[in-house]
Amino acid sequence: MNSVVAGITYRAVLGRRRVLLLILLPVVLIGLALLLRAIGSTDEKATVTLMQTYAIGTMLPLLGLIAGTGTIAPEIDDGTIIHLLSKPISRPVIATTKFMVAASMLAVFAAVPTFVAAWLLIRDEAGIASGFALGALIGGIAYAAVFLLLGVVTRHAVTIGIIYAVVWENLVGGYVPGARNFSIQQWAQTFADQISTSGFFKASVGMGFAVPAVLIVTIGSVVWAGQRLRSLSLTGDE
Amino acid sequence: MNIELGQVSRWYGNVVAVNDVTMTVGPGVTGLLGPNGAGKSTLLHMMAGFLAPSTGTATLDGKQIWRNHQIYRSIGLVPEREAVYGFLTGWQFVLSSARLHRLASPEDAAAKALAMVEMEDSKERRIETYSKGMRQRVKVAAALVHDPQVLLLDEPFNGMDPRQRLHLMDLVRELGAAGRTILFSSHILEEVERVAQQIEVLVAGRHAASGDFREIRRRMTDRPHLFHVRSSDDRRLAAALIADASSGAVSLGVAGLEVQAVDFRRFTWLLPRVARDAGVTVWQVAPADEDLESVFSYLISGSTR
Repeated sequence: MNSVVAGITYRAVLGRRRVLLLILLPVVLIGLALLLRAIGSTDEKATVTLMQTYAIGTMLPLLGLIAGTGTIAPEIDDGTIIHLLSKPISRPVIATTKFMVAASMLAVFAAVPTFVAAWLLIRDEAGIASGFALGALIGGIAYAAVFLLLGVVTRHAVTIGIIYAVVWENLVGGYVPGARNFSIQQWAQTFADQISTSGFFKASVGMGFAVPAVLIVTIGSVVWAGQRLRSLSLTGDE
Repeated sequence: MNIELGQVSRWYGNVVAVNDVTMTVGPGVTGLLGPNGAGKSTLLHMMAGFLAPSTGTATLDGKQIWRNHQIYRSIGLVPEREAVYGFLTGWQFVLSSARLHRLASPEDAAAKALAMVEMEDSKERRIETYSKGMRQRVKVAAALVHDPQVLLLDEPFNGMDPRQRLHLMDLVRELGAAGRTILFSSHILEEVERVAQQIEVLVAGRHAASGDFREIRRRMTDRPHLFHVRSSDDRRLAAALIADASSGAVSLGVAGLEVQAVDFRRFTWLLPRVARDAGVTVWQVAPADEDLESVFSYLISGSTR
């Protein structure tokens, strides 16, 4: 961790227009929870559906994409990253710091609102609120790492990220059971299921797979991002 | 400290940006001169550790530059792109640079660096409100904050007003005189001449010439010059000029005379005298190939002979 890198990164992400998306998505989640409460469907089943389809299924990957790529890709695009890279700081430290910033933003903008939304509906009945909050936190950490790596290796990080989240996780994962094993949001649900005792919800990936998968993907992505940053080439305007 | 390039080439796909360049940049001010697109930025990026040579070696005092972040203890880099965080104030930007270098007293170092570029008055403003010249100066301050032995500047005088330009030139000269290794790139000969003791000329990716400014000037003036001359009697002037050895070829066209001057000095001395003796009034003498491109293309063709 480097506090100067972290400080600049927070300001860069939170000062850009994309911070509005970072706020809008959880606001929609809490708005939906309030709406469900207003029409009286404050039951466990509706809460689980909201958590699965919106909180984990939609909001989390999108926030992961915004925070994960947002901490590094714009700086590589406009060349401002040169200010950080032309310093005697190891590049893996810079990558790790950027990852921590992205992960912390996902904790604030994804995990906390997930808990709040479920709690507004059914308090912590059947451990759904805390379960999905944990799932969002761990899934958020994995997304932060993967999308940070994407932001370093390609200039089309956002496109590829959306294709992964929408096509692979939601479409392919919906029809091909095996594909669910390689889906961060499925792993997030696995962790949610550890705390949740709800009968309306059963994770399709076991802990025996999800725990090593999250660890390998997260650590592997951050390490790889650090290595890629070591050989980042900047070309002039020529 | 010395930056050494050994037979460095760099290509992008099939395009060769830098072709087999060997040079040593030592203490003092070196100017990297070349037209736009000559590969100056590519070369500078390889010296700064932001680009790997495709072949050859780039070292700083014998240590490899590529993938070695320790070199930034000794190197300060001023990139050409306006790569600055617009949301930071000038003070915050330079201070962050000092902190990233883990200097003992970052505030003092930042204040000193900002004073060197005369940016104290505007340091509390956000960089996005700065003019191009101010951004340039704040980048120089951020690069100088750790008092580096080596300073690399990519087109540093671009976008500066004349007063700022002179001030930065003085600063660069002072730093060079103090024994630092400074390299800056420019496509303007006069700029390089005023600041650099050593000039390296890069044309189309090749190291075309090397020397002090007198040497480069001499190579640029001792070459065939082409002039367009218009006068009251072109035919008569042509006949008078061709009698002297300094005018190589004289041709008569609709737009006047075209004279190839072999000996530049003698020709400029000769023309008014010949015209006077022949009773011809000279209306216009225009150099036809004085632009930098032709000077450079002369230099490159000369270097391959």
